[in-house]
Amino acid sequence: MRITRRGLLASAAAGAATSIAAPALAQGAAGRVIVIGGGFGGAACARFLKALDPRLDVTLIEANPTFISCPFSNEVIVGLRELKEQEFGYDGLRKAGVKVAIQSATGVDAAARSVTLGDGTKLPYDRLVLSPGVDINWTGLPGYTQAAAERMPHAWKAGAQTLLLRRQLEAMHDGGTVVISAPANPFRCPPGPYERASLIAWYLKTKKPKSKLIVLDAKDAFSKQRLFQNAWKALYPDILEWVSLSSGGKVNAVEPDSLTLVTDFNRFKADVANVIPPQKAGEIAALAGVTDRSGWCPIDPVSFESKLQPGMHVIGDAAVMGAMPKSAFAANAQAKACADAVVRLLAGDKPIEPRLINTCYSIVQPDYGISVAGVYRPQKDLFVDIEGAGGVSPIEAPATTRAMEAQLAHGWYKTITSETFG
Amino acid sequence: MKLIAATFAILLAAPAAWALEAPPGAMACSGCHATSASVDTPAPRLVGMKADDILAAMLAFRAGARPATVMDRIAKGFTESEAAAIAQWYATQPN
Ligand SMILES: Cc1cc2nc3c(=O)[nH]c(=O)nc-3n(C[C@H](O)[C@H](O)[C@H](O)COP(=O)(O)OP(=O)(O)OC[C@H]3O[C@@H](n4cnc5c(N)ncnc54)[C@H](O)[C@@H]3O)c2cc1C
Ligand code: HEC
Repeated sequence: MRITRRGLLASAAAGAATSIAAPALAQGAAGRVIVIGGGFGGAACARFLKALDPRLDVTLIEANPTFISCPFSNEVIVGLRELKEQEFGYDGLRKAGVKVAIQSATGVDAAARSVTLGDGTKLPYDRLVLSPGVDINWTGLPGYTQAAAERMPHAWKAGAQTLLLRRQLEAMHDGGTVVISAPANPFRCPPGPYERASLIAWYLKTKKPKSKLIVLDAKDAFSKQRLFQNAWKALYPDILEWVSLSSGGKVNAVEPDSLTLVTDFNRFKADVANVIPPQKAGEIAALAGVTDRSGWCPIDPVSFESKLQPGMHVIGDAAVMGAMPKSAFAANAQAKACADAVVRLLAGDKPIEPRLINTCYSIVQPDYGISVAGVYRPQKDLFVDIEGAGGVSPIEAPATTRAMEAQLAHGWYKTITSETFG
Repeated sequence: MKLIAATFAILLAAPAAWALEAPPGAMACSGCHATSASVDTPAPRLVGMKADDILAAMLAFRAGARPATVMDRIAKGFTESEAAAIAQWYATQPN
């Protein structure tokens, strides 16, 4: 039997399950699905599960009543935007019939198929979806502790950290040195450190032109590299310096008391230090037993089911997705395909092989946007690029194209947040 | 003619209910193409477009015959029959 998908987008968009035509699921096939994590992956997955089959009992477990989004938080750091515009609540999900539990998930019992919440409640599930995002790997960079992050913010989870970095930049004297340290792969948002570097360079150029920005990198190559570097050469030649891995850019340790970053041959003393540290799947993934030794979650790319724990699916930043980057766009696309797979599995059907898309826009200065896109298909345990598709914005392009992409980036943000939170 | 034939081929090749299911890739388009008319974005809406027009645009983007900021890169990831199925599905979504 087939599920009728007429009106799926409309019902997801309207947050009402009623416009969907009668689902043709076998009697009793509907079930209980728990989604852990109400970010770009989890919130979208919960909404689409309910839209695909209104009879499903869908519960979203999210630690915070308000989600603070990372995409465009780099604009908040340099004062182009306020943190308010990054905040989303869960009323759209509630309206769509999703039960929302504002609680931390503290454990998963695979044998009993239940999730334990911070208040001790145990919730049973037939299938579990985890989209917990990333956690900082606090043992990954010597000296970088939670206390150190109060002096050298990562701002890689949006919120207080974003505002802390903004205040530090605002307080810095003209002529100061900002240092960003960028981690080795894999990490959340591959172009993110370079968008941030661009925008901080723009801030310095316009507000504190005697200042410098040094990017210390644990890599020799990065996303949209030529586009970024061309833009830097044109826009910020005297301000921004990128130090690659092979030029000694890898930060081995930090000393928060003196705001010092230590590399193989050098010690960089910063006035403002933004340390983007190594990351791992959100802690609950390890507690649920879906992480491998890498700290990330291997999955089957057709069903998004964990390779390690049957009945549990992992999407978004936490999962190993191969060629797909850890982005909000990707998490949202995976969420919809995963919802489709879960509904089919609950109905005793087989999931269909998905095609996924990712596009990451980056803002290099106001009115200057660039993008990287990809189209993906499953191959073995990963997603691979569909050959001939995808790629980056043209290396040479008129200012009007860059301005259009900046506008499209903002449009994308409105679209994806509406799609995710209602 | 060719476009119409391709669309019909999809419809005929599958039972009626199939044509209404989201084919692979379709749900990823709405990351940029808002389904709700109230979202303020320069990316055009697909809901409300005719299947033939969506497919014709996809084929033109793929061939590099229509200027684009990003659709040329995306359309190249879909075969004609995949694009036809997606186009058909969007055309059935209530506007
Ligand atoms: C500076 C920056 C800029 C970025 N810009 C872009 C961009 O322009 N475009 C783009 O596509 N992506 C961008 N990203 C990446 C994007 O933010 C992530 O890829 C995306 O958020 C991943 O979605 P997710 O669902 O995996 O995780 P998240 O969105 O982080 O959601 C995880 C949620 O799970 C909750 N959670 C975790 N553990 C538990 C638990 N135990 N119990 C209850 N709740 C829990 C968290 O509170 C959180 O709400 C950017 C990231 C950064 C840092
Ligand atoms: C990254 C954002 C993005 C994604 C993802 C995306 N599109 Fe587009 N689409 C655009 C933009 C922007 C345009 C305008 C042309 C351009 O600048 O590339 C467009 C134009 C179009 C048009 C032409 C509409 C018209 O008014 O004639 C069609 C059809 C289309 N896209 C179909 C699709 C389909 C089908 C998918 C999914 C397979 C898709 N798009 C995915 C951004 C996107």
